[in-house]
Amino acid sequence: MTASAETQMTSRRRSLLQDERIRGLILQILVAAGVIAFAAFIVHNTATNLARQGIATGFGFLGNTAGFDISQHLVEYKLTSSYGRAFLVGLLNTLVVSACGIVLATILGFLIGVARLSKNWLVAKLATVYVEGIRNIPLLLQILFWYFGVLATLPSVRNSLSLGDVVFLNNRGLYASWPIFEPGSGLVAAAFVLGLIGAIALRRWAKRRQDRTGQPFPIFRAGIGLLLGPPLLVALLAGLPFSWEHPELRGFNFSGGLRVLPEFAALLLALTLYTAAFIAEIVRSGIQAVSYGQTEAAYSLGLRPRVTTRLVIVPQALRVIIPPLTSQYLNLTKNSSLAVAIGYPDLVSVFTGTVLNQTGQAVEVIVITMLVYLTISLAISIFMNWYNRRIALVER
Amino acid sequence: MVQLKMLTAGIAGVVFSVVGAAGAATLDEVKSRGYLQCGVNTGLPGFSAPDDQGNWRGLDVDVCRAVAAAVFGDSEAVRYTPTNAKERFTALQSGAVDVLSRNTTWTLSRDSDLNFEFVGVNYYDGQGFMVPKDLGVSSALELDGAAVCVQSGTTTEKNLGDYFRANGMELRSVVYETSEQAVQAYIEGRCDAFTTDASGLAAERSALAEPDAHIILPEIISKEPLGPLVRQGDNEWADIVRWSLNAMIAAEEYGVSSQNVDEVKAGTDNPEVRRLLGVEDKMGEMLGLSNDWAYNIIKQVGNYGESFERNVGLKTPLALARGLNEQWTKGGILYAPPVR
Repeated sequence: MTASAETQMTSRRRSLLQDERIRGLILQILVAAGVIAFAAFIVHNTATNLARQGIATGFGFLGNTAGFDISQHLVEYKLTSSYGRAFLVGLLNTLVVSACGIVLATILGFLIGVARLSKNWLVAKLATVYVEGIRNIPLLLQILFWYFGVLATLPSVRNSLSLGDVVFLNNRGLYASWPIFEPGSGLVAAAFVLGLIGAIALRRWAKRRQDRTGQPFPIFRAGIGLLLGPPLLVALLAGLPFSWEHPELRGFNFSGGLRVLPEFAALLLALTLYTAAFIAEIVRSGIQAVSYGQTEAAYSLGLRPRVTTRLVIVPQALRVIIPPLTSQYLNLTKNSSLAVAIGYPDLVSVFTGTVLNQTGQAVEVIVITMLVYLTISLAISIFMNWYNRRIALVER
Repeated sequence: MVQLKMLTAGIAGVVFSVVGAAGAATLDEVKSRGYLQCGVNTGLPGFSAPDDQGNWRGLDVDVCRAVAAAVFGDSEAVRYTPTNAKERFTALQSGAVDVLSRNTTWTLSRDSDLNFEFVGVNYYDGQGFMVPKDLGVSSALELDGAAVCVQSGTTTEKNLGDYFRANGMELRSVVYETSEQAVQAYIEGRCDAFTTDASGLAAERSALAEPDAHIILPEIISKEPLGPLVRQGDNEWADIVRWSLNAMIAAEEYGVSSQNVDEVKAGTDNPEVRRLLGVEDKMGEMLGLSNDWAYNIIKQVGNYGESFERNVGLKTPLALARGLNEQWTKGGILYAPPVR
């Protein structure tokens, strides 16, 4: 053994630690072990603490009778339904208000975002005032404003505003006639689905043909025809298999027909208006991110402004718009839990409110609720990421 | 969102609190801390609400003060934690409060499943309905199809469902997180009726702009024995809270009040009263307290009757009659076990 061999050994050992890959690996293993140990500690600790306090655990409570009423239920729910059913009702209420909010906020946000860039001074300034005003007022305040400030001032049930005998509006909600489907309406739905499939196929064919030959096809008009034509035809042939259920004042309230609760309306309004302000900014920045040279190039090729917007600017702007738009959708969904402030029976209100209190299963209920929000958020993320990849620039 | 914070804090308590020596005695904990932590209502006039100087006052608050008087000889050695209906149990389970005295209904599932121990009843209540006078309703049985505003997370919600189900009526409940929101929505006409315990109805009605425009329907649709509760498993502590309440009830039965307690203590021959006030035997020591525990309660807080009249009685805005909450000797069902 010589001194030089020893130095070789230590230098190899040192090089092992200096090797970036190995060092990274060791760090990762350490972090992963730490996370697992922490999770195990939490689970063990929770179980032990619950056992020590003698609190019943498990998910058996979901089968027990709930016994309370929920003001809005999209699936059948009775006073004798179970806690599991109440969970489903709350979940659907959260989903429906989020879905409606996302669609409406997107439409409104795009309109306002485009309006901010309008050459019309008034339109552009109005859009600016909207964005700056709405997004700087706390959402909870807006929800309370719409609920207690606006919708509560509508007339009482007996003095309802009415449109014919078809639509009634009062401080308990909006009531409207609603079709009841009779046997035979299934055929109409089937005709609609067939028309939809046909329209999609036609669109693909038209796109391929245009790519090949350059000949455009009036896909919009043909598509509308395919969507509306077959169901209308079938409905007429089947002798209009619908009847209308009209709202009627019975006792204290209207019954029958479609009912939109003021809680739902206030929450949807506030969520839509609030999120639309953020989406408008995202859309504006997305459009401005497309360099003006693109527009000039399109014009010099002889494209008209509208076609330029549709075929050149929007596809490139979308690349910038989609990722932050995803965050806004996630925000809107999570913000819908503010429903609890105005008595809209969403998941948080029904499940972590009433059910938690009646059963006392705090840990289980909170865990389920967190998992639900996580799942919804991840689902939106996955969808938006997929869409983002689809519209990303494909370099040829 | 204060409520949610409390709730999460409570759950975090269950999740994170390190498993240590199984439940040190609550009495020692309270003594070494120097004050009692008492969970009360966020604001229910007459039962627990801060007065205009910010001091908590009310029938439920007096239970907290009685326990503090028994333990420390000082009814002011209390820190109050206002809790709403939703977070109150988590607060007690997680140890954030030592006693929960917050118009809480004693039920089987709370006693067993939630692992609490109800130590007595300080107000016998029942659920009722309030409606605007011009609705033209005189009985709860006429409420078929009515919209009813109710606070979330209480037995009230379930009683409401049970009552409408039992009578084959259609219910449209609108559930709010706090009582204030439910009342506001009721006033604005979102609902035909507002429901909660009858005592709560009286309290809320007294606070309305026009109390006379609203009536409380005669039906009482449930039994609501309201009382203080503690965590199960520390029987010594449960005994202290139980007997603090019993001492107030017994004192009224024997005619001992905050006014005359000194004279009575000096001059009475009644052996029961002598034991209660610590003149004879050592009742306090049996509880782990000093022998003048009950004397301190009566001197500083008063007997049950005094507390009732001061907070919710006929001379207060709530104007509640004693009713069931009268001594058993006078036709009510208040009945303290003997101090022997």
